[in-house]
Amino acid sequence: MTDVPLTQPRSTNPFSGLMSGTVGPVTVVVLAIIAIWYIAAVALNTPFQKDIYERAGQSDVAVSQMVTDTLFQERPVLPAPHQVIVEIWETTVEKKITSKRSLVYHTGITLSSTLMGFLIGTTLGILLAIGIVHSRVLDKSLMPWIISSQTIPILAIAPMIIVVLNAVGISGLLPKAMISTYLSFFPVTVGMVKGLRSPEVMHMDLMHTYSATRLQAFWKLRLPYAVPYLFTSMKIGMAASLVGAIVGELPTGAVAGLGARLLAGSYYGQTVQIWSALLMAAFLAGSLVALIGVLEKLTLKRMGMAQ
Amino acid sequence: MSTMTAPKRRLDMPALLAWFVVAMVVVGLFSPIFGPDYGIMDVPRLALCLVILAIAGVRYELGFMRNLVGDLILGLVTAIAAWLLIATVTNHAGEATLGFWALTAATWASAWLFVERLAVWKSASPTAQRIINLAIPAMFGITLLVLWQLIVTGAGVPKVLLPAPSEIWVRLTNSVPTLWADFQQTFLKAVLAGYIIGCGSAFIVAILVDRVPFLRRGLLPIGNLVSALPIIGVAPIMVMWFGFDWPSKAAVVIIMTFFPMLVNTVSGLAASDAMQRDLMRTYASNYWQTLLKLRLPMAMPFIFNALKINSTLALIGAIVAEFFGTPIVGMGFRISTEVGRMNVDMVWAEIAVAALAGSLFYGIVALLERAVTFWHPSVRGGRA
Repeated sequence: MTDVPLTQPRSTNPFSGLMSGTVGPVTVVVLAIIAIWYIAAVALNTPFQKDIYERAGQSDVAVSQMVTDTLFQERPVLPAPHQVIVEIWETTVEKKITSKRSLVYHTGITLSSTLMGFLIGTTLGILLAIGIVHSRVLDKSLMPWIISSQTIPILAIAPMIIVVLNAVGISGLLPKAMISTYLSFFPVTVGMVKGLRSPEVMHMDLMHTYSATRLQAFWKLRLPYAVPYLFTSMKIGMAASLVGAIVGELPTGAVAGLGARLLAGSYYGQTVQIWSALLMAAFLAGSLVALIGVLEKLTLKRMGMAQ
Repeated sequence: MSTMTAPKRRLDMPALLAWFVVAMVVVGLFSPIFGPDYGIMDVPRLALCLVILAIAGVRYELGFMRNLVGDLILGLVTAIAAWLLIATVTNHAGEATLGFWALTAATWASAWLFVERLAVWKSASPTAQRIINLAIPAMFGITLLVLWQLIVTGAGVPKVLLPAPSEIWVRLTNSVPTLWADFQQTFLKAVLAGYIIGCGSAFIVAILVDRVPFLRRGLLPIGNLVSALPIIGVAPIMVMWFGFDWPSKAAVVIIMTFFPMLVNTVSGLAASDAMQRDLMRTYASNYWQTLLKLRLPMAMPFIFNALKINSTLALIGAIVAEFFGTPIVGMGFRISTEVGRMNVDMVWAEIAVAALAGSLFYGIVALLERAVTFWHPSVRGGRA
């Protein structure tokens, strides 16, 4: 299709193409968020800065001076983005990884309990789903409880699980991982039940005419059908698992991990530290979910199911 | 095809369970249940009851009375056996031996067998079928509670680790005023305020975003990303900004509920077909008429999905935010302090209240959904 004179003439604006995709608008929104962040930082930090000037006896300070000062406070109400980035840079690249002040060290601890909980939770979720799909009783008796188990605010019980398990002598990774497990098994179970039931009646009948056993029907029909559902629910499960790991680190008395950094930061008023831990957690969540996304693409391509 | 139909298997799940019940009762009858020399014959009622249970298991094996009456008797006897076991074990806490565990296993297996039979029942009337469908999970829950009670008292698990359900119940009924004050502080103030503001503002923003395609393309990917982030981490910051009382918790709830609602509403508003929108155009309806009469009703399943997700998120957010500092009232505060004082039964009572509140909240939203989206296939079909 070459240019047809009847079609609408191209816009004369050279940038119009930039804003029609997703990349352009997303960039604009991100920039807007950063701008709002800076403005909010100045607005929120001004009262304290005025206090400082008053105490120092400086009466007339130029507005430009005040704005720069609000963006470089030691313990600001809302740290400016560049302060957080500097803090992240200092605690990740410039510190040794083994140091307790290194953010990489804390991220590693959170990551390990996240992954452990995620693995246990996913396995448990898949097993439960297989049981539910194959047994009428499990379907009728267990499924309502699995759904209502999620209305219980498990994160509220997190401190108790950890304290109790510590009392029994189980400490370290496992208690935190259990909370992640509890949060991540649910999406996997629900998604897998849906996925394992997704083959059409026609296909199940075909397996039946082949005289396939339930095991064969499971391996050759149900499981391949459930794979896309599994990946979708694994993404949700991974995000939930990270939340579980972070909250699980709160009651252990701020020993190590991103949750501990949050708690220590809030005890000592280290806002920059809180924000850097938060950004790190966000980055971790994003990259873990993206990793599953990549795996999903590769697997589905290999199975010939990619769209 | 007639040769292909599988013969009725002898060893299906109920048959296995029935044999297990019989075997366990036999073990229980011939070994001491508490301590070295306290056999089951010291509790004649329990012995009689379990013999009947064994007979009920055998009758299933042999195939007579495999009908409703037989199953009802099985259920009744199981309930009585469980009750008697609990009554006996209360006087002998922590002394359980092999016989007791065998009897516990027998009771559990026969409860399972009963549920298994219950699931096979088919009733002609839909109300009876609905009652059965409710009874099965209820039975499952009751069985879990009974097992919990039996194991914790039988093995003498220290109260600090895991209190028995009966102890939790006693604590719950004894401290209603405290629990009510906590509930008021956390649920009625923080959760409800945050939930309404968060969902409401996200709804309005979603409609604005839907109006501007540029914002929709820019905000949706970010909204999806934020939904995956551990937002709960903003709790310490909110506590710093808004103080210790409930507004800071409400703020956490607002942030947590905002993005799921935003993403779901925007995708819900895009759910109407081109055909349906064309029809609205042929009616010459303007933007607001299309929005109110077509697109919002079509978006309702999505919106309610978000409302349901948010109902659990809100409670979690408020409780976790209280770990970072509160006045001396609130569910999260109570949980964290009572754990420190090793009053684990109080913690469990608080959890029971939270679970009940969470389930009720979810249930109300689900009922509302059924009322609003009565036209949706998933509601009309009778299968939610």
